[in-house]
Amino acid sequence: MEAVVAGQKLNLTEEGYLTDFSQWTKEIGNEIAKQEGIEMTDRHWEVIKWLQVQVQADKALSVRGIKNSGVLDIKEFYALFPGGPLKVSTKIAGVPKPKSCI
Amino acid sequence: MGKTVVKKMLFILSKATLENVYAAFVMANGARMEGIESEIFFTFFGLEAIQTKKLNKLSVATVGNPAMHIPTMVGGLPGMEAFASNMMKKEMEKLDMPPVDEFLEILSASGVKLWACKLAVDMFHISEKDLIEDLDGILTIGDFYNRADQEGTQLLFI
Repeated sequence: MEAVVAGQKLNLTEEGYLTDFSQWTKEIGNEIAKQEGIEMTDRHWEVIKWLQVQVQADKALSVRGIKNSGVLDIKEFYALFPGGPLKVSTKIAGVPKPKSCI
Repeated sequence: MGKTVVKKMLFILSKATLENVYAAFVMANGARMEGIESEIFFTFFGLEAIQTKKLNKLSVATVGNPAMHIPTMVGGLPGMEAFASNMMKKEMEKLDMPPVDEFLEILSASGVKLWACKLAVDMFHISEKDLIEDLDGILTIGDFYNRADQEGTQLLFI
């Protein structure tokens, strides 16, 4: 579906994930974060950047992967993105919703 | 997509077979990933999964398990259980499923509360030092029921 986020016309999935990462900007990320009730900090952006690099490198995202990331631990991940961190952070990052069950 | 109506999942794990332990762990972790609160109450044989010396030695049930598709007599042969368990562990590793000890760490870090059942702890003469450090405490079943303290709580017996 099409939607306007941060003044830009975007293609989104029904759950609100970007279908084309090339459309992503930090402003869009910020806007999605606001909708999710998250106030972005530098630390949030660091994690978002890491997620984007992982996805671009074709690495599957999982909670176990966060644990082994060396970037942050699981506790911090849940604290930064409450209410389902993998789901919420990937939406902000403009990458597909992870299919992992773990 | 609307918000989920499930707010809290309470799991009672009463078995120590690998397939049951993983079922509880995957569902408890999956709940947290969806923003749902989740807790596991380990009782009876389920206590094996939180005993430091036993938790990495759990195995698949090869006898009395029709899904194994091997005759019960064969399933009872020496070494069968270890063989089947190793096969399953290998398959799970391929799916990036952590071993039991690491899975417990992930659950705890994700905010899943881990409880041991007082009655079963007493019955098996287990002392607290036999249990994992991440354990949140030892509860009676009454205490555990009291944790079903909000609308949208589901209890699941495994």
